[in-house]
This record gives sequence, structure tokens and C-alpha cells, in this order.
Amino acid sequence: MAGAKGRSGGQAVRRPTKAGTSARPPDRPTAFRVIGKALRKIDATSKVTGVTKFADDLFLPRMLFCKLLRSPHPHARILSVDGSKALALEGVKAVLTGKDLPIPFGILPVSQDEHALALDKARFVGDPVAAVAAVSEEIATEALDLITVRYEPLAAISSAAEAIARPEPRIHDYGDHGNLHKLISLEFGDVAAGFAEADLVREDVFFFEGSTHLPMEQHAALADWSPDGKVTLWSSTQTPHYVHRALAKVLELPPAKIRVIATPNGGGFGGKSDPFSHEIVVAKLAMLTGRPVKITLTREEVFYCHRGRHPTLMWVKTGVKQDGTITGMHFKSLLDGGGYGSYGVASTYYTGALQTVTYPVPRYKFQGARAFTNKPPCGPKRGHGTPQPRYALEVHLDKIAEQLGIDPAELRLQHLVPPHSLTANYLRIGSMGLGACIRKVVEGSGWKQRFRKLPFGQGVGLACSSYISGAGLPIYWNNMPHSGVQLKCDRGGGVTVFCGSTEIGQGSDSILAYIVAEVLGIDPFDIAVVTADTDLTPVDLGSYSSRVTLMSGNAALQAAERAREILASHVARKLEIPVERIACADRRVFDVADPKRGLSFAEAVQLAEAAQGTVGTVGSYTPPPSAGHYRGAGVGPSPAYSYSAAVAEVNVDPATGIVIVPRIWIAHDVGRSINAAAVMGQVEGSVYMGLGEALMEEMAYRGSRNTMHKFPSLLEYKSPTTLEMCDVITYLIEDPDPSGPFGAKEVGQGPLLPVMPAVANAVYDAVGVRVDEIPVTPEKVLKALKRKAKGEEPRFGPSTFPEIPWPEPTQVPPPWEGGDGKAVGQSDGRTVGQRAAVSAERQH
Amino acid sequence: MPDAKVTIAFELNGELTEVAFAPHKTLLEVLREDCGLTGTKHGCELGECGTCAVLLDERPVLSCLALGLACAGRRVKTVEGMATAGRLHPLQEAFAELGAAQCGYCTPAFLLTAEALLAGNPTPTRDEIKQALAGNLCRCTGYIKIYEAVELAAVRMRDPGAKPAQETLYGRR
Repeated sequence: MAGAKGRSGGQAVRRPTKAGTSARPPDRPTAFRVIGKALRKIDATSKVTGVTKFADDLFLPRMLFCKLLRSPHPHARILSVDGSKALALEGVKAVLTGKDLPIPFGILPVSQDEHALALDKARFVGDPVAAVAAVSEEIATEALDLITVRYEPLAAISSAAEAIARPEPRIHDYGDHGNLHKLISLEFGDVAAGFAEADLVREDVFFFEGSTHLPMEQHAALADWSPDGKVTLWSSTQTPHYVHRALAKVLELPPAKIRVIATPNGGGFGGKSDPFSHEIVVAKLAMLTGRPVKITLTREEVFYCHRGRHPTLMWVKTGVKQDGTITGMHFKSLLDGGGYGSYGVASTYYTGALQTVTYPVPRYKFQGARAFTNKPPCGPKRGHGTPQPRYALEVHLDKIAEQLGIDPAELRLQHLVPPHSLTANYLRIGSMGLGACIRKVVEGSGWKQRFRKLPFGQGVGLACSSYISGAGLPIYWNNMPHSGVQLKCDRGGGVTVFCGSTEIGQGSDSILAYIVAEVLGIDPFDIAVVTADTDLTPVDLGSYSSRVTLMSGNAALQAAERAREILASHVARKLEIPVERIACADRRVFDVADPKRGLSFAEAVQLAEAAQGTVGTVGSYTPPPSAGHYRGAGVGPSPAYSYSAAVAEVNVDPATGIVIVPRIWIAHDVGRSINAAAVMGQVEGSVYMGLGEALMEEMAYRGSRNTMHKFPSLLEYKSPTTLEMCDVITYLIEDPDPSGPFGAKEVGQGPLLPVMPAVANAVYDAVGVRVDEIPVTPEKVLKALKRKAKGEEPRFGPSTFPEIPWPEPTQVPPPWEGGDGKAVGQSDGRTVGQRAAVSAERQH
Repeated sequence: MPDAKVTIAFELNGELTEVAFAPHKTLLEVLREDCGLTGTKHGCELGECGTCAVLLDERPVLSCLALGLACAGRRVKTVEGMATAGRLHPLQEAFAELGAAQCGYCTPAFLLTAEALLAGNPTPTRDEIKQALAGNLCRCTGYIKIYEAVELAAVRMRDPGAKPAQETLYGRR
């Protein structure tokens, strides 16, 4: 029996490879024992039994509780903060104000504009101003009322348009122009010439309202200070490495004296990717009091932390030939950034980066602006800066297809970006399964029989998208790996994998186990995984930009292959056979030519350990260099791009404007599923979150000149319940990419992107009106229907894009015009601005 | 001075339990802070999200809205009480198997609410499952795997050998 199993295993498992070649041609799926199987996640049992410890589940002896006092003003100078009465309250152990933590921080080196507690100004309603540590939450809350803050209110800016119109008073004393934080102008080829060649040139304006992540777990953090001078922070964060850096900077402690442990996140979606005020505050309070200090934000406070989707106004102009070939595209975006920088510079670039990776765009111009406003800061939410332009582009294409008289599915199928090609903005496409995705959803939904053929009130709409599998460049400039793994083989046959990656529910811990199990021929549940602890695990940059499966997966693959080489060499010597004949499967290390000859995995480890000492290896992953070298080329490059296509079915009630989505068909090119069930979960979860954005989710403001959050609660911030969620028909397309581990690409974010435009296009198919603004609420549908009834343009949405003081565009000739990835006039591969930015980043 | 503690006796996960706590505390706070059972989570503490649901006399309640004092002499079941003698409840098995728990934060409340549903209706339709779980928010799964796990568990409570559909795990071909 063992022999028979071994024989098939011998053919199935992969040959040993040279250590370090982690980017490899993927094998046939039938060859895998673990990869691709719908296994349970390694933490599934702890999660269904309530054993998993989230940050707020941690209690330490003598623990204090922290509360934050937040600004009631959208924009105000802070004249004084007096915490003496609060400190006198029995049970209060410490009070902090901005002066106690004066060093600024921020996720991006170019936007170090936050203080743990507002130092001189408060910039939104909810900006933290002071903090209390007390023996109970009740006393800490009571103490907040005893803190006296004298504010001098300043004129508040509530929208991006207002930020353009009113450069003074400035919300921050830095930025590209007045209250415009960032201005970008890039041109890849002569776009005007592209429009001149076109048979049809179309312009459209769209608006995408902001939305928030709404993780079910509120942010929480617990800090402990040991008498030997070390601070430990447990936090619900997606990026423990960046929190580590921010703490070192603000607390002025050597990084070796700080340990950050990311607890399993109860949902993140990008909302726990910034270093936060409350994390720094509890660390400082622990240092001051010598006691553990915990904070758990209220749901209302989570809305103020935000860092969610930027409200974005977009203008797009595209030239096409009669057959739909794009001749040129010009895209402008205006982002409402809120009160701080956060990831905003990257978000702004992302609104222009990925337009070129689905359909060929030979000449492309992008102009993007981000405004500071006095509202909670925006940042990265699932899809980071790309869902807004993707919505605009896919609805715009739907309109173009109609004008050209081409089926929108056919239009896209006939104009797909070729695999293994370079785009106008120098993004390197690898595998490209969009065509297969479109064909699946078209066939599955009965598209040909239904599009433009359903009765009034019913409709179908199609849209496509693409997303990065990790950012090609790190957030702070460095040339070190983006992900590292250490692997230890125990003589009992167990293996421990150490990696800095952070489990946010997406299954990143399990991915490490599956990949190592596949290579070493053991069971994933033989593997212990230790993650997200800056004392114990090598750096992984964090759970953002859909980078973890590809990057930590490649690092784990390399470490496992190195361990396999060690074991194989010793077993081969013992069996007196060439090492190439060694295979690992079914917890055995054996001769493929005679599978009965071999050792158990544990015996193989013992053999190796006796011969050479402790068996441990490391692996790491650095993305390939980007092809673009112009300033701004850092946002958009990725080792691999995923692709998605969706068809949404809608029922629209013309009397109420209510849109019901019964079903969405979605196909996603994931390259290769590492765990099919986990991939299914990410696709369905993305469709859900996209449906919420399409129909109802919005960060709306009222009062105090529209700067006060209208409804910071789970009840009134509408999100889909079981009663609104649609059926999802999922197709997994596997077009393996040579950059991914076993060919895997991302799935956590990409499948969200086509949902909003597919729904909007379906509404048009159903009732003949365009809602060019997300969310597509009943009110907007009704307004558009009324306009239609009056014979006006059957549309709801913005009509103009404001004048913006754009800089002269950076001219970058595309590859097919002889370009080499550099801007015109750029000599050393970096512009003056890039050199300055790099040098500024190094100072941080 | 904080309020003097009161002591109640109640049945917690099948065991007679006495616990002392400040009288203003909610059942959620008593379970997490005074009984040390952190499997019950919170998402809003305002009764909006369903994350803190537990069973009180076999019926789902939002523990953030129930006073601890009101539970004297009654039966409370939390996620820690679902597995018996180290064996997972069929719902727990199915949630783990299908990936119905992603981040796992809302999971305990979904499990208990589903357990109450299946106790009263061993063969619920998809719509009945949706109705029963309509008060529980999940941001990870889109609910699909949760429905499928409840359906699989319901079948398995009659036919322990039942297998999940291929399409559930691998998508449509």
C-alpha cells in the first residue's frame, strides 16, 4: 500500500531545485498534494470555538484602561490643554496631551503629518487631543470630562471642491498647492494625437462617494512596559512592522526595545494599515505608569479612525476606432483626502495606475489631485484607489460600446491586453486570464440571451477589472526583501514557520503551512505557524496591497526548498542514490525509483540533525525591479496582476427607485488557488463588499458645515445584511503566473472591483438611466427616471470637473515609441523630485 | 467608590455558576470580564450588529443589551459551550470546513444563532436561514459560506456522512 502511494507520489512531487529560485514555472495541478485543495484553515478550529485571542480579549494583571478625548471641532487651533483636574480624580493614573508626544509620524515617509495627540491644531471632528489611563473604563471616561481644552475654531473645509477654491487657511503647512496635498500630471505618448486618430471621442464625469471598512472588531491595543526598559504592544493592526517603526520614532526608543505583536485582526480591509494614535498613546502610558494599558475603541471612534475609500470625482475622455480599439485616454481624478496624509499620495497615484492593464491604451494621460479637508482621513480600503476609476472606466466603456453598437462583452474580448507585455505606463503584465473570465460569466449568466432583451425593470450589466498582487516597491525606500521566513524542522517531525505576515482573516497563516507542507511532503497540520511578532519573526511588510500570498508564499517556498535540499542530501547519501531521486510526500523522504526505500520525515530530520546540527532555513522575497523609472513609477508595478469579470442582474422598481441585485456571476483569474475554499471566500466576500459600495455604503457628513459624521454607527451606516446580499456564482480561473508561488496571484481585493460598475451598467439595462455616482441609491435612480420622463438627459451624476492648477505633465514615451521608462529630460533614472523624495524618506 | 458587587447564580454552558460583578454590567461584560469567557465578542455595544449574541434559555439574545442581573437563575450558552467532550458541534465543523469563519470575530454569534435556528427547525430553507441570521453582520464572507455551512450542518445532524457540494469549495466549472 505504502509503495503504491509512494509511486504515485514519486511522480507527483516536484524535483529538488536550486535554492533561491522561488519564481518558477508552475507545475500541473494534478501534481499537488496540498496546493489547490479546499483544506480547512489552520486556525479554523480556534475560530469556531472562540479560542482565538483578539486584542481586546487580552487581560493582564494590574491593567489600566485608556480613553481618548477627541476634538468636537472640525478645524481649530489648540490654545491650551489642562489635564490637572482629571489627574486628580481617584483612579486616574496618567493624563497625556500633545506636548507629551511631539514627534510627528505617518505611514508614508512623505506625509509625516500626524501627532499621537493633536499638538497645535485639531483637523477633524474626532481628532484625538488628550488621553487618560485609569483603573477602569468608567473612571477613564469620567476623567475625560475633567480635561479642559481651549480651542480657537478655524474656518473648516468640507469638500475637495472647497479645498481648491480656498487655499487659505491651510489645513497643513505642506502640500503641493494651498489645501491641495498632492498634484500629479503624467503623460505617456501624445494623447491629443490619439484623439485625432479616433472615430469617436467620448467624455464622462463620475463621482464615487467615500465608504469605510467597518471591520466587526473595533481597533484595540494593549501595551506593557517591563522594568528592563522594553515596551510590548499587542494590537489589531495589519502592519506590525510599520507600527514598530512609528513607535520607535515617536517614543524615541531603539527598535530593539520595542516588540509589536499583531493579534489576529477581526477584519481589516485596509482600515488597520496605518500606525494609529491609540497605539502610540497606550505604549507611552504604559511607559509612564509602569503598568499594562489597554484601549478598545468604541464603534463611533472606529468611524473617526477611518482611512477608508476616498470620495473621488473623475473625468475621463477616451478615443476609440469604430471597432472599439482605444487610441488614447485622458483620466483626471480629484480625491477628498480628509484631515491627514495617510496613504493618500499612493491612493492618488492608484486612481490613475491600472487603467492600462485590462485593455490596450496606446497613449495615456493621467492627472490626479488630493485635497485636504476637515474630515476623518481617507486611506486604503480594499482595492486602494482603484475601485473608483475602475467604476468610471467600465461604465464609460459601456456607454462607448452602446454608441459603437458593439456588445460590451465583445468589445472587451476583442481588446485584451496581451499577456507578458508592457503597458504605456510601464507596468509589466504576466499571465492574463481576463478573456477566460469574460467568457465564463457571459456563458453562465446567459448574457447573450438577456442583455438589452429583458423586460423594463430588469437588467444585466457587465464589468471587468484587474488588481495588483502586491506593490512592487516598499513604502519606505530600502532594498531589503519585502517578506522573510525562517523555518525550523523538529526532530519529532514537526515544522515551525516564522513569518512577519499578519492574519486578518484572509488566511495568510494557512498559506505558509500549505506551501511548506507541499514542498516537504508533510501534512499542513504538522506545521506550527508563528507570525506577526517583531521579536520572533522576520519582517513581512504587512497585510495590504494583496501582497501576502505572493510574497510571503515565495519566501516560504524558498525556505521550504532549502530545508528539503538539506533533508534530501542526507537521505540520498544514506540510501546511496543520486539526490535527484529523492522525493518528499506522505510524511516520507524516499527514493522515487523504489518508493519502499526511504525514511519517515521525522527520521530524515534526525539524520540531518545528527550529521550537521539543527535543521533550519530562511527564505525571502523581493519583487522584480520595475520597468518604469519616472517619478510616480513606484505606484502600480506588481509581480503579477489578477483579473476579474462580473455580470450583475438587477431588478429596479421604477416607482421607488429601489435596486435589488438577486445574483452576480463572477470569474476571477487567481493564477493558481493555494486553497480553493479560501479563494472562494475571498471572491464572495469581495462581491459582498462591492455590493455594499454599489448600493448603500457612504461616509456622509452633516452639521458644522458638513464636517460632522452623519451616522457613526453600525445601524445607520448601511451595509448589506443577509437580506440584501445577492447570490454569487463563482468561477475560478487558473492562469498561473511565473512570479507567484505555484503560479498564485491575488484574490483578496480584485473581485470587489467589477461589482459597482456591473451593477450601474445593469441599472441602465433595466430602466435606461445612468447613475454616474456611487452608491446607486433609490433617490438617485428616481431623479434620473424623472429627468428621463421630462425628456432630459436620463442620468444622475456630476457634470463638471473643476479647474485645478496642474503642473506641466511629466512626459514619458511609451515602450512602442522607443521609451525606456524614463521621463523626457530625465538622465539618471530619477528626477530631481525623486532624488529629493528618496533623500527625505531616508531621513525618516 | 465603584458600585458594590452583587452575586448571581446561573447555569453557564451547562454548569451551575456563581459570579460577582458590579450591578450595572451587561451580560456581555459579565461573561468577558468576570467569567473570563472572551469567546463572546462585541462590535458596537448598542445592539446593532449581533456580534455579541449568546443563548439565554436557548434563545439568541444580544448580550450587550441584557443586564447580567437579569440572568440570575437562567441558562446561558456561549461559544465555549458548543463543543462537547472535545468534539465540535456539527455547525462548528461545517463552519471550519467551508471557511464560513474568515476573521472569526462574528463567528461565535453566528454559530449560536444558527444553533437556535436548527433546534427549532432542523431543515431550514435558504430563506429561513437568511431571516434567522439577518441580525448578525459579517464583513468578511458575504454570508454565502455561512448559509452553506448551516445547510451542511443541518444535513449532517441527520446524515453524519454528508459531504459539501464541489461547487461550494471549488466554484462552478
